[in-house]
Amino acid sequence: MCKRLWLSGLSVLLLSGSAAADEVFFEYSGRLSGELQGYLHEGQFNGQGYQSNASLALEPELYWEFNGGNDSVVFTPFYRLDQHDDERTHGDIRELSWIHVGDDWELRSGLRKVFWGVTEFNHLVDVINQTDAVEDSDGEDKLGQPMVNLSLVRDWGIVDLFVLPGFRERSFAGREGRTRSGLVVDTDNVRYESGDGDQHIDTAVRWSQSFDLFDVGLYWFNGTNRDPRLETALIQGKPVLVPVYEQMDQIGFDGQATLDSWLWKLELLWRDTPSDRYSAMQAGVEYSFYGVSDTTTDVGVLVEYGWDERGIDADTIFQNDLFLGSRIALNDAASTEFLVGFGYDLDFDSRSLFLEAGSRFGERWKLSLDARLFDARDNRDLMVNIEQDDLLQLTADYYF
Amino acid sequence: MNLTKSFYLLLTLTLLSGPVLAQTPEERGLEIAREVKQRDFGWADMQAEMLMVLRNKQGEESVREIRIKSLEQEGDGDKSLTIFDKPLDVKGTAFLSFSHPLEADDQWLYLPALKRVKRISSRNKSGPFMGSEFAYEDLSSFEIEKYSYKYIKDESCEGGTCFVVEQYPVDKDSGYTRRVAWIDQDQYRVWKVEFYDRKNSLLKTLSFKGYQQYLDRYWRADLQQMINHQNGKSTDLKWSGYQFRVGLNDSDFNKNTLKRAR
Repeated sequence: MCKRLWLSGLSVLLLSGSAAADEVFFEYSGRLSGELQGYLHEGQFNGQGYQSNASLALEPELYWEFNGGNDSVVFTPFYRLDQHDDERTHGDIRELSWIHVGDDWELRSGLRKVFWGVTEFNHLVDVINQTDAVEDSDGEDKLGQPMVNLSLVRDWGIVDLFVLPGFRERSFAGREGRTRSGLVVDTDNVRYESGDGDQHIDTAVRWSQSFDLFDVGLYWFNGTNRDPRLETALIQGKPVLVPVYEQMDQIGFDGQATLDSWLWKLELLWRDTPSDRYSAMQAGVEYSFYGVSDTTTDVGVLVEYGWDERGIDADTIFQNDLFLGSRIALNDAASTEFLVGFGYDLDFDSRSLFLEAGSRFGERWKLSLDARLFDARDNRDLMVNIEQDDLLQLTADYYF
Repeated sequence: MNLTKSFYLLLTLTLLSGPVLAQTPEERGLEIAREVKQRDFGWADMQAEMLMVLRNKQGEESVREIRIKSLEQEGDGDKSLTIFDKPLDVKGTAFLSFSHPLEADDQWLYLPALKRVKRISSRNKSGPFMGSEFAYEDLSSFEIEKYSYKYIKDESCEGGTCFVVEQYPVDKDSGYTRRVAWIDQDQYRVWKVEFYDRKNSLLKTLSFKGYQQYLDRYWRADLQQMINHQNGKSTDLKWSGYQFRVGLNDSDFNKNTLKRAR
């Protein structure tokens, strides 16, 4: 009896051991995305004399898992073809990374994407990845960032240590692109404060923890500011904007209290650069009504406020802004969802409105309709540049 | 007959009749629930795959593929990690839950497109899970404290003779006034549950089929069929690849594992 148990135990061990160690799991998936943009007006600057734009993007994902799941590699290239804007026709390696998992730690190396933050209308403290700004004006698309990230899981929280070798420059709309300022950003003549240029090695450390109903994160970042200062320059006799990337120290905090149907959210930022030292905040609350009037529909209501110490001189459009939004989920088989948001600038009186609606068709298709409307009331507001860029966008995603 | 004597007679009668009369239908219901929980305790950890087939009134189907890992907690609700494989547009989405018998569960959702972990409200108990006829509360682990009970009767069922027990949700956010469960008297497996909505009319019936025993003790159904009588839709939940005691522990259930779950 005893021997038989021992033997069966051993064979289980051997079988599982060998099967797990030798086996390489491979998976291929991805998304092909077709996009039609309709601008309600012709652009206000040279090169923007069109109202419709078509675009196609491909993002395959290759995934390997081996060593019994303790090691994995993921490769996610991305390419977009755009009808008008040469700068929006671009490629990137969103992810090419290897993860090794230990008992209470993991090491993540390669090109990766990391998100920090809790708020919805602005991602103030999200700092690791550069914004792929030609993709969308919401700033949620990011370029793959080279990194070595050691993550330690402790009783008192998760500690993430980052070494970030190599810097990614922000993408900007070209001459034929919409959603830009009057002067085109010349991404071929970028300036850096650091003598190391885009080879500066940045570092970051973050602690995050959940205390019952509270989730908090705190980090310190040292390295190249992802947000460039834009300086006017004459390049080959033409006035352009040149991105200048400074060095910075930044401390960021994000916290959320999840109290019944209420989500209270706070993001705080302290940033120190040679040209500025300031703090900023994004704070808000989200309340959800579940199963409204005996249907399966959930309705969430969001209110947020964005503040920047630099006030009207800030190089962000969220310096003293109030946001209202609503998230509606039908919870049907097609996962139909709507998100509508309204932004109001308390300094400049300008308004913006966005709508995102999406639904699944069949097993592999998703259709989305997005609208973005801008109404700037003050020439000092950065939004004045994109006032003619009111947009309706239809996206068809095919998943494989 | 003097007073003392009648007192003793009364006492004797009470003691004799005690075991028969003292158990109210409520106590009987609770006792059955305790036995269900007791017999299913000790599986430690498990993982399994779940195929959901959603059917609308016209019979059109739509499919969800999900993997689940669970870790039993002594004196608390289970920890679980749910990974979505299909539909493809939500592939890579993962859900981490620390459930509690009475307090609100702790829940986090990982959104792969943004690489974002969101702490979410667990208030939404009665809402549909992935557009199916299963509500979130139908899929959460069975905890004694979540209901009050009332034994109704014995009735023959697929599993032999069943106890028929009414279960009244304690949580005011539950979408039900009551559930009626058929539990077999031999193995204490649930064979059928009827769900009554907030207006106390019959909403759904859940049937369990193809019970299999794991580790010589724990019974799991291969198929759970939920029929919604009010909207004509149904959802089949097919389980496969059940594995128990694979060696999962607390370190497999945190925000880091949530981010790389796939």
